[in-house]
Amino acid sequence: MKFAVVVFPGSNCDHDAYYAAQHVLGQQAELIWHKDTDLRGADVVVLPGGFAHGDYLRTGAIARFSPIMQQVAAFADAGGPVLGICNGFQILLEAGMLPGAMLRNKSLHFHCEHVHVRVEQTDTPFTLTCAPGQLLKIPVAHGEGNYYAEPDVIARLEANRQVIFRYVTAHGEVADQANPNGSVNNIAGICNQRRNVVGLMPHPERACELAVGSADGLVLFESAVKAVSERAFAAAR
Amino acid sequence: MNISQELLDRHGLTRDEYQRILEMLGREPTITELGIFSVMWSEHCSYKSSRVHLKTLPTTGRRVLQGPGENAGAVDIGDGLAAVFKIESHNHPSFIEPYQGAATGVGGIIRDIFTMGARPIALLDSLRFGSLENPLVRRTMAGVVAGIAGYGNSIGIPTVGGEIAFDDSYTGNPLVNVFCLGIARANEIIKGTASGAGNPVYYVGAKTGRDGIHGATMASAEFDDKSAEKRPAVQVGDPFMEKLLLEACLEVMKSDALVGIQDMGAAGLTCSTCEMGSRGGAGVEIDVALVPQRETGMTPYEIMLSESQERMLLVVKKGREAEVERIFDKWDLHAVRIGEVTTDGCLRVKNHGEVVADIPNGALTDEAPLYKRPMAAPEYLEAAQSLSVEELGRPQPAATTFRRLITSPTIASKRWVYRQYDHMVRTNTLVVPGMGAGVVRVKGTRRALALSTDCNARFVYLDPFLGAQHAVAEAARNVACAGGLPIGATNCLNFGNPQRPEIMWQFARAVAGIGAACRALDLPITGGNVSLYNETDGNAVPPTPVLGVVGLIEDADAVVRRAFRRSGDVVILLGENRAELGGSEYLKVAHGLIRGLPPALDLDRERALQKLLVDGAATGLILSAHDCAEGGLAITVAECCFDTGCGVEVGVPGVGADDRWRDVMTLFGESASRAVVSVEPQYASEFLRRAADAGVPAVEIGRVGGDRIRMSVDGRMALDEPLQDVERMWSTAIENYFERSRAVA
Repeated sequence: MKFAVVVFPGSNCDHDAYYAAQHVLGQQAELIWHKDTDLRGADVVVLPGGFAHGDYLRTGAIARFSPIMQQVAAFADAGGPVLGICNGFQILLEAGMLPGAMLRNKSLHFHCEHVHVRVEQTDTPFTLTCAPGQLLKIPVAHGEGNYYAEPDVIARLEANRQVIFRYVTAHGEVADQANPNGSVNNIAGICNQRRNVVGLMPHPERACELAVGSADGLVLFESAVKAVSERAFAAAR
Repeated sequence: MNISQELLDRHGLTRDEYQRILEMLGREPTITELGIFSVMWSEHCSYKSSRVHLKTLPTTGRRVLQGPGENAGAVDIGDGLAAVFKIESHNHPSFIEPYQGAATGVGGIIRDIFTMGARPIALLDSLRFGSLENPLVRRTMAGVVAGIAGYGNSIGIPTVGGEIAFDDSYTGNPLVNVFCLGIARANEIIKGTASGAGNPVYYVGAKTGRDGIHGATMASAEFDDKSAEKRPAVQVGDPFMEKLLLEACLEVMKSDALVGIQDMGAAGLTCSTCEMGSRGGAGVEIDVALVPQRETGMTPYEIMLSESQERMLLVVKKGREAEVERIFDKWDLHAVRIGEVTTDGCLRVKNHGEVVADIPNGALTDEAPLYKRPMAAPEYLEAAQSLSVEELGRPQPAATTFRRLITSPTIASKRWVYRQYDHMVRTNTLVVPGMGAGVVRVKGTRRALALSTDCNARFVYLDPFLGAQHAVAEAARNVACAGGLPIGATNCLNFGNPQRPEIMWQFARAVAGIGAACRALDLPITGGNVSLYNETDGNAVPPTPVLGVVGLIEDADAVVRRAFRRSGDVVILLGENRAELGGSEYLKVAHGLIRGLPPALDLDRERALQKLLVDGAATGLILSAHDCAEGGLAITVAECCFDTGCGVEVGVPGVGADDRWRDVMTLFGESASRAVVSVEPQYASEFLRRAADAGVPAVEIGRVGGDRIRMSVDGRMALDEPLQDVERMWSTAIENYFERSRAVA
């Protein structure tokens, strides 16, 4: 199966996502330039981290106009699994593929550190092989990861079980000190209503080998492989 | 045109230098030419005061692929790959405008690396600030850190290490030195050369504006209360533009359509054109009217001297222009042909076809002035070097001193800083910042590189020759602790005004010390940077020659970290404790003194220690290793306990003749060539035997275990502290300064 990693000008975690899929997981991966208009038969689309278009204006605000985004939206509409990581999550928000918006971190500083997230739901293509409530040690690295939405939107997300990852302590408890950016309800990642589009601020692609501090993030990519091979989440072609 | 004394002063040129210009040209210079001479003959570009000394440094070696003279140095790391690296200062701009000064410092050194055809994979920062009690210093530091983060994070190159030290003498003149390392194929290193008459010269990147005009000249003068007025000479960085340039240039380099490439850093278009021509034995002719401009009405003078950021100059093979233009187009960059290579060895600048400058390259580069400036030992030296414990009164209890040291900003955790840096992007970071040398793996190989920047400026202040040797030894020892064989070094020499004999003496002695240490440790210097005139209102910074060392780890799985791993492991002290307190952090923190002679340094013993550390890592005998430096043995042992939460109990024999001072000397003295390692109990005797064979003093001093840091001297318990409390104090000391001030604001 094949992962497409979209490269926006200013993406800088594109190589990392590619490396995780191709070299760590042993699946096929391809970098797709943002001006392309073809996902080249990909089974999974990853919007990687970075600073697309310098994050000038607003994070993700310009990237959503890239030609490839029409294909990404169509792919998602057809049920295909899409993962937005960090800047990729921000782009999904700007593109309206996920609800809500990002504020600057509560500390007003960029924040890079390993954190713990709890897998809240396993019925998405990126958490399929997780145990419910599984703890993942994954790094964050962002200046604007403070997820915000109007209270009614948050209530709907919670009611529909669309909160997929939450910042927790090493013991799995939701707590303020475990939240690196001040996000509402400690939200680290969410999915759309159809559950095939997932966005999260932490970087699972940076946590795929013990040598770099954690291999907990690999489960997201493994889940995607399982989801596609079992046709649990696949784009209708 | 009337060249007045005032005009020369404004250009930082002396009357004698002007005479030389007249002789070289055989006529009066145009105003554009005067500007070009002034920046190329500035200290920053010409190294006119430092070159005679720099020439004495060892720059060759088995692994050296590129020594000084290009945009960066390069060493062979096996597998057909080269590590391309350099360190550079951005001190003056960072004081005037901390965020942009530091940000453009990062941008500048990154360009130097990818210009060589290397993909940058790691950054380190060596920073010096005044006391954090001072709100102005906190503001400067916060700005510098944010600037480094803003640029490095956006462009996607991890900041994996570096160091920060604090001393009042840096209050008006902080130091911001940035080290960058990239990986290139060894046989595909690209040079900054212009050759082949008729080959087109291209300009690509940001448009040229009036920012940064005379930046190089500014960096070659002291500061005073008018310095803030020089703010327009600081440039503004655009990391997104540089990211595009980086990717596009690396893509262009994969074709063979390129002859040479150079970034426009200090002295902008002037420096890149004449240096490329000079290296290639050719000339370069450009028309400034073709240069993309951000502002209207710019004169040739302004265009040639602008230091606008994120610009590159390329020489392309004739007939291959379309290929190159296509790649830049893909990245939405517009490559513009502004001239061509000639055969006459001159830099010729036209404006709409009319010649406004015509200067032989040699006059601007090799034949630039060279000074053997007068030198004299500084007056402070004799008094500063004398130290007797008699005058210190009675020492405080060891526990009190220990707590003061562990929270001293120079020693305390830099977490508040490196958390703001993306230190994991590119997924190569094996050892994160704050834990000794930074370590990055080299994807596609089994190897990894350990990187460290170091300089204890107190040692250099007290004895520039010996202190500079310490800087080399410490940086190399740090990479050796991680298991890296030191294979190459770069230096950033931060000093005061070279026209003062005592500063020049410090400089010459320090360079001699670096040379001696590098020769003894078989460590070539492949390039670097000199930053002089680090003075504000006549007060120079302490001489601060920062060394950046690259260590090669053959097996990335064999990286050694500094933290103790397991309860029961044996703790071994390598090297000797001696009664040496001179220049120590202890004296500074407990007595407010920078006094005494730096610790003695035996370079043969240092080399043996480093070899033992590298071999011990490769064989897997060493489980953890940490260099003994600021704060001495007590701080080193405590730092080994952090992160993994393993406590320790150790005991050492006391040193020093005066009984009252034995605890202080033993626990906080900073004797050189020491490291604390841990090994599995069943291999302890084997390791001790190997140490003896290597001629390295080694003694078992205790065991890992418990939840306290317990240290005894001569069998008496001198320190018994709860690890959790100590680690919390250590890790929050710096952020407390900033959080407190935020609460007040």
